[in-house]
Amino acid sequence: MKLDSKIPEGPLSEKWSKHKFNVKLVNPANKRKYDIIVVGTGLAGASAAASFGELGYNVKAFCFQDSPRRAHSIAAQGGINAAKNYQNDGDSIFRLFYDTVKGGDYRSREANVHRLAEVSVDIIDQCVAQGVPFAREYGGLLANRSFGGAQVSRTFYAKGQTGQQLLLGAYSALSRQVANGKVKMYSREDMLDVVMKDGQARGIITRNLITGKIESHSAHAVVLATGGYGNVFYLSTNAMGSNVTAAWRAHKKGAFFANPCFTQIHPTCIPVSGDHQSKLTLMSESLRNDGRVWVPKAVEDAEKIRKGELKPTNLPEDKRDYYLEVRYPSFGNLVPRDVASRNAKNVCDEGRGVAKSGLAVYLDFADAIKRDGRDAIEGRYGNLFDMYQQITGENPYETPMMIYPAVHYTMGGLWVDYNLMTTVPGLYAIGEANFSDHGANRLGASALMQGLADGYFVIPYTIGDYLAKMPYDKLSTDDEVFKTAEKEVKERIYTLLNIKGSKTVDDFHKALGLIMWEYCGMSRNAEGLKKAKGEIKKLKEDFWKDVNVIGSNEELNQSLEKANRVADLLELGELMVDDALDRAESCGGHFREESQTEEGEALRIDDEYSYVSAWEFKGEGEEEVLNKEDLIFENVKLTQRSYK
Amino acid sequence: MSWFSDTISSTLGRKVLMALTGLFLIIFLLVHLIGNFQLLHADDGQAFNIYAKFMTSNPIIKTTSYLLYATFIIHIVWAILLSVQNKKARPVGYAVSAAATNSSWSSRNMGILGTIVFIFLVLHLKHFWYEMHWGGIPTVMYDGVEFKDLYAVVNMAYGELWYVVFYVLAMGGLMFHLYHGFQSAFQTLGLNHPKYTPVIKGVGIVYSIAVPAAFAAIPLIMFLRTI
Amino acid sequence: MRIKLKVWRQKNNKDKGGFKTYDLEDISTDMSFLEMFDVLNEKLVRQGEDPVHFDHDCREGICGMCSLYINGKPHGPKQTTTCQLHMRSFSDGDTITVEPWRATAFPVLKDLVVDRSAFDRVIQSGGYVSVNTGGVPDANEIPIPKKAADKAMDAATCIGCGACVAACKNASAMLFVSAKISQFALLPQGQTERKTRAEKMVAQMDAEGFGACTNTGACSAECPKEISLTNIAMMNREFFGAKLSSDNI
Repeated sequence: MKLDSKIPEGPLSEKWSKHKFNVKLVNPANKRKYDIIVVGTGLAGASAAASFGELGYNVKAFCFQDSPRRAHSIAAQGGINAAKNYQNDGDSIFRLFYDTVKGGDYRSREANVHRLAEVSVDIIDQCVAQGVPFAREYGGLLANRSFGGAQVSRTFYAKGQTGQQLLLGAYSALSRQVANGKVKMYSREDMLDVVMKDGQARGIITRNLITGKIESHSAHAVVLATGGYGNVFYLSTNAMGSNVTAAWRAHKKGAFFANPCFTQIHPTCIPVSGDHQSKLTLMSESLRNDGRVWVPKAVEDAEKIRKGELKPTNLPEDKRDYYLEVRYPSFGNLVPRDVASRNAKNVCDEGRGVAKSGLAVYLDFADAIKRDGRDAIEGRYGNLFDMYQQITGENPYETPMMIYPAVHYTMGGLWVDYNLMTTVPGLYAIGEANFSDHGANRLGASALMQGLADGYFVIPYTIGDYLAKMPYDKLSTDDEVFKTAEKEVKERIYTLLNIKGSKTVDDFHKALGLIMWEYCGMSRNAEGLKKAKGEIKKLKEDFWKDVNVIGSNEELNQSLEKANRVADLLELGELMVDDALDRAESCGGHFREESQTEEGEALRIDDEYSYVSAWEFKGEGEEEVLNKEDLIFENVKLTQRSYK
Repeated sequence: MSWFSDTISSTLGRKVLMALTGLFLIIFLLVHLIGNFQLLHADDGQAFNIYAKFMTSNPIIKTTSYLLYATFIIHIVWAILLSVQNKKARPVGYAVSAAATNSSWSSRNMGILGTIVFIFLVLHLKHFWYEMHWGGIPTVMYDGVEFKDLYAVVNMAYGELWYVVFYVLAMGGLMFHLYHGFQSAFQTLGLNHPKYTPVIKGVGIVYSIAVPAAFAAIPLIMFLRTI
Repeated sequence: MRIKLKVWRQKNNKDKGGFKTYDLEDISTDMSFLEMFDVLNEKLVRQGEDPVHFDHDCREGICGMCSLYINGKPHGPKQTTTCQLHMRSFSDGDTITVEPWRATAFPVLKDLVVDRSAFDRVIQSGGYVSVNTGGVPDANEIPIPKKAADKAMDAATCIGCGACVAACKNASAMLFVSAKISQFALLPQGQTERKTRAEKMVAQMDAEGFGACTNTGACSAECPKEISLTNIAMMNREFFGAKLSSDNI
């Protein structure tokens, strides 16, 4: 199938304005005749649902949590980028665009990224108008901080809880529409399938998580804002409930899945402490503004530290290796996430890691405290330091923090065109659920930007283009297609419940996570990936034979919820491996050992791999088919990224 | 006027009525205490009896006293209403409670403390207030004018050990009731300020200890005098 | 370490429910409280028993989903969320009693899971600034004194977990409601709807069946985000100021 990205003609900076003019509009009086389903209520979903409601559409919004306010966007700490240039340090829309394309290692679409940079400024205005309490200077104007991968200060923040404040802003806008009757909110509801009629997405099947009732919901368009699939690694910074189910079921109904192997490993997470670990906790990247990353120069010193014979504070300066500052003098500790993560892995592989496990590096604030005073550091990172102490029992004001990379974000997702529509007409994907803006690596403080850009300022325009061509008739949920889809969903649930095997859902999830982390984690090679594929296939077969799901469908059943999700993660894992195997180059978060420079940096191969991989589902048991969307760069010159 | 009834029947409105009536009662306590000091004059009750007559005959004081009765009734009735409402907000309680780690004992037991004060109040009114107004109290003559000898009634009551013990215990209850109630009333009225709240809390502590203690001291002294 | 868990089990909203006791061994002090529950649940599933249901999601102390009443305190002995509570806060051989939040407005759905949608409805009644997407002024055209912004942020930091309701002897939601009212009352953006917001949110809070405040301070003392009681005082001012001066009859 030929992929049409629908990128408008014309100069880069005019594409979006022209497109906005060219898309079809729905008359205000007619908007109320259209129903839109939004699945997920994170930044993208909540902002989209609220904006649709404001425009006059009838919206049904769904989330699996008990309240839309709990979506995992809430956990984003550091901030949100915008090309406001409030700091007068040379920022501009083009610079944000350029940084994002470069940061993404030239695997994103120029037009999408430029649009993102354009609307970034509107997002800040919108959020401030909603009452989001961003940090301010004494003069009353907005404050900024700098973030990895950029040399300007363009990140707006609200303490270490920016995601929370932005989400609460979007949630409040959503709540207003719920009160106005324009949005009907369905909490504790899991989406389990997309319903198709005549090749178009016309609704979804959900499971009420309290009663277990399988329900049909009809609409003129379906928007998936269901986040990323980092939980395929079992251990990640994602919420426990984050899952790929909605996106995956859409994929199986015809939506192509793009760049699944592009996962971001975040460099500053709290290291794993034992087998019981259920999730990893991120420490905001903003910590790298003041913290200095180091490990001992000598393996022997590292060993002593690991055994507890030597305190890190007692190791003299000349025996410490501030490896990021040494290798990347111009960016130092603020190199992009993939670079910082890979370097941490390398020094640990060399045996210079710290913590009992040897899988950690130091992030040291001693110099910053000496320079700015403890109060200043507390003001900037107080809550993060508290959180660290809570989890590890160590005081980071006195002893350096320990960090290790962890899976954090997935750049891949459902393939979408410029309108954010998937390959299924009427089915859209926004936020982390789509693939479009971050290429092979996402810069810090860009996820919040993209989620809100898609929800507030992109999809409210582009969805009209599709709806304007749709008839007003509502498809009855009594229609054959709904009945069939409901039946399939029920059958799958009863199959799961009736296996009554010997292993728990978590057993399978953990096993999958280990395979993915080992072979498809921070560095990958063809041999390992082939091995992983076999192991996942086996694990998947085993799952459908030997999983034990307790209880029944007609009740609140968290085992069943998990089983449903893990079943899909298993299938996705296989596709990720396929994709990683196909892409025999290193780019961004995807590091293929076969493709590196002499210095061990990632080596892109632009001639062969300058494309988006869009995978097409062909049927159960069939190999997926790769479709390629070639990436064309007219405004940036492709260079090997250098942060030296 | 629906907005008005809405306001005072809301949880916040009920609380504010509690606070306003509470503060009024706090002022009343001080006035009452000053009156009680008349009991300690070594004049066989003359000063006290003159004071008592003044308090029951002066038209301004009499008017105020109706306000006071109303205040008492509102404070008590609203306390019952609030307690019922609060109970309804959590019909099933917890098996384990560690409330002592997050709040003061007195703040959690205002109802019980208030009940102790209420029982005291009933007996107190019966013994003195009722007697003064409608009871058969002996009279005395000062400078040719007839006065009810309330002092004699009080003196007799305070000669009974059980009554003095009951009085002192009730003042203990009042102490804890005020200890929370005083500063709580200001918080309910929205007066929470980094400059003034510490002062309010300080005054509240002094008041809640000093006033009940002074009240309790009077029957104690009078009892000791009878021995 | 060894732990004896006394957990509230209740099949559904209709069920009466009761405590069940479980013994756990080999609990690591580095485990979070919820990871300890994971261990219990894995064990239960292997025995073919229904695992203990509890709400949780982000497990980093910010989503507000976790909600366990542990040994007589919401979120347990530390002033943090349940997911950020670690087993090192307990001792070997301890008996730990775990109950759901108890309030009329928070009915139990199953085991330790309660329905907190009352909070959503309170926000829907007015916890927002009525601006549509687009057409707003430039962000820096609304200068806000740093102190006001910081105070608003302190109030806005509420995660809506409901620990305040759980801790309050009256199951009062005033800390939650006041945090939102204060946030907007402190900011210029909140001024246009200031009075109506206070009136409507308090009315909705009452309609949900939450109790009244008796200023015990338990809510703030147990709040994982340390929301201050000054917010409640501010709400009281806002509410009565609004009731006296607004033209809503």
